[in-house]
Amino acid sequence: MEKELRLMKGNEAIAEAAIRAGVDAYYGYPITPQSEVMEYLTEQKPEDRSGMIVLQAESEVASINMIYGAAGAGKRAMTSSSSPGISLMQEGLSYIAGAELPCVLLNVVRGGPGLGTIQPSQADYFQSTKGGGHGDYHLITLAPSSVQEMYDFLKISFELAEKYRNPAMILSDGAIGQMMEKVELDDPVSRRTEEEIINDFPWASTGKKNRERNIITSLELDPAKQEQINLNIQKKYREIEEKEVRFEKVQCDDADYLLVAYGTSARLCQETVKLARDKGIKLGLLRPITLYPFPSKEIATMVNDRVKGVVAVEMSSGQMIEDVKLAVNGKVPAEHYGRFGGMIPSPEKILEFLENQIMGG
Amino acid sequence: MEETKQDIKKPENLVYKKTDLMTDKTLSYCPGCGHGVIHRMAMEVIEEMGLEEETIGIAPVGCSVLAYEFMNVDMQQAAHGRAPALATGIKRVFPEKTVFTYQGDGDLAAIGTAETIHACNRGENITIIFVNNGIYGMTGGQMAPTTLEGMKSSTTPYGRDTKKMGHPLKMTELVATLPGTCYVTRQAVHKAAAVRKTKKAIKKAIEYQKAEKGTSFIEVVSNCSSGWKMTPVQANKWMEENMFPFYPLGDIKKPEK
Repeated sequence: MEKELRLMKGNEAIAEAAIRAGVDAYYGYPITPQSEVMEYLTEQKPEDRSGMIVLQAESEVASINMIYGAAGAGKRAMTSSSSPGISLMQEGLSYIAGAELPCVLLNVVRGGPGLGTIQPSQADYFQSTKGGGHGDYHLITLAPSSVQEMYDFLKISFELAEKYRNPAMILSDGAIGQMMEKVELDDPVSRRTEEEIINDFPWASTGKKNRERNIITSLELDPAKQEQINLNIQKKYREIEEKEVRFEKVQCDDADYLLVAYGTSARLCQETVKLARDKGIKLGLLRPITLYPFPSKEIATMVNDRVKGVVAVEMSSGQMIEDVKLAVNGKVPAEHYGRFGGMIPSPEKILEFLENQIMGG
Repeated sequence: MEETKQDIKKPENLVYKKTDLMTDKTLSYCPGCGHGVIHRMAMEVIEEMGLEEETIGIAPVGCSVLAYEFMNVDMQQAAHGRAPALATGIKRVFPEKTVFTYQGDGDLAAIGTAETIHACNRGENITIIFVNNGIYGMTGGQMAPTTLEGMKSSTTPYGRDTKKMGHPLKMTELVATLPGTCYVTRQAVHKAAAVRKTKKAIKKAIEYQKAEKGTSFIEVVSNCSSGWKMTPVQANKWMEENMFPFYPLGDIKKPEK
């Protein structure tokens, strides 16, 4: 049977995905440019469609802690926000990572720092991939570059979050949240029953029926035990780094030069690859789909094989470039090119940078 | 013949038994502290109402951060002040469960003011147990939002000057003004009669939660002999003479019949 197609905004697509993926709760707070997520959800009456709860919280601080509660009870809980709101959630995220609870967040990134701008940006890369709050932890971070991926990544993020008991972040931006594209929709799946929750998540605080009590906490005062908890969490991250790296390669097989870009930047870079190839420059694009775990090994392999120079293209002053440089490890030149504060790089300027700074240099 | 320890332990001689919903772990609280009794009252109510299989409690940050070590039900430990948000998050997806928070005055009335007021204002069907000892106990006796005027603490060594530090906050009276709360009361645990009243209040609160009446809110005025730098006996006397006049005991709001 043919799948249902619909023209949707990125923010609407992820909201529709939530209802269809059996999400139990959305707790959020309005902020531009992602307010359509909660607007779409409330308009859809998800309580009637799937039994999903939608609640507007008093702040992002409250919404992330509502997520903690629901996730600790084994429910599929999510929120969405944009950069300043995500900053407010960092405390809660650290606790969620420490208590090893699965949940999904969407950050429709806008330009910062501070109140910044409501235009698209990729300046929250560090915050998202390196932890963001206090303590040693990571968020599993996926970067959609289309409205379809806004839709698809919601379900994938929950699966990864639940597999590893770790919060997952969908790191989008104002362009992908606001633009409209065709989306292929799945058939809805039902939410987990309480029995299924108890079976799938025996650690969840659902009430101590026929078992000892469950405790959800990130506290351990004994340093030897706290170190062990940290070691266990780190072991989990090594496994994630080993097994869950996702990326897409565009014209990389014969590439002498490589662009590394995600999300909106990756779309622009596809155009740069065409422009370069028209001029006879063998340029390829590696698009990390998971930003954490980062496709470091793939970049290292490409650099060892034939790539002579790398440009990391970001809508930031240079954040992902640090991971790219670690992967390249000094073997070939690797530089950052970016626009920021809500500005978007042009494919022509990216090519110009490559020619002047990498090929010419 | 003289009664031996073994005789006393015989079932027919049993007059009182620690509820199974308190673990055997030694309490981390100071001698004379009210927390242990308040924990026990909450757990006795849950046991007597037969709700242990469906109860989820939220522990705060403060002296009772380790409440989950002592309360033998499913528990979640919240970030400082966020317990009502956790409780909301759980109760909305599990409306049939019994959900309570257990919070101190710094947690509930300072850093968690927004979460407290908005959970109460939405009328979340949860029970909030608020232990007010007028001080930050765990961090070493600093000023709390509930510290009385003139009261000494480690950050108000010359007494709380309300011109500089503001006035002690009556959160219980404040939440009673919100339509979302159904039952708001202030109790204590310094004497046997008060303990019984507190237990009754917790029971009522849980009953109202089960009847979906809205947020039930119980303040328990308590002591902090370590933070107040008094003996437990002195602390209780000081509490009666100074805390009770400012924080008078009794029901502030009850549901309409």
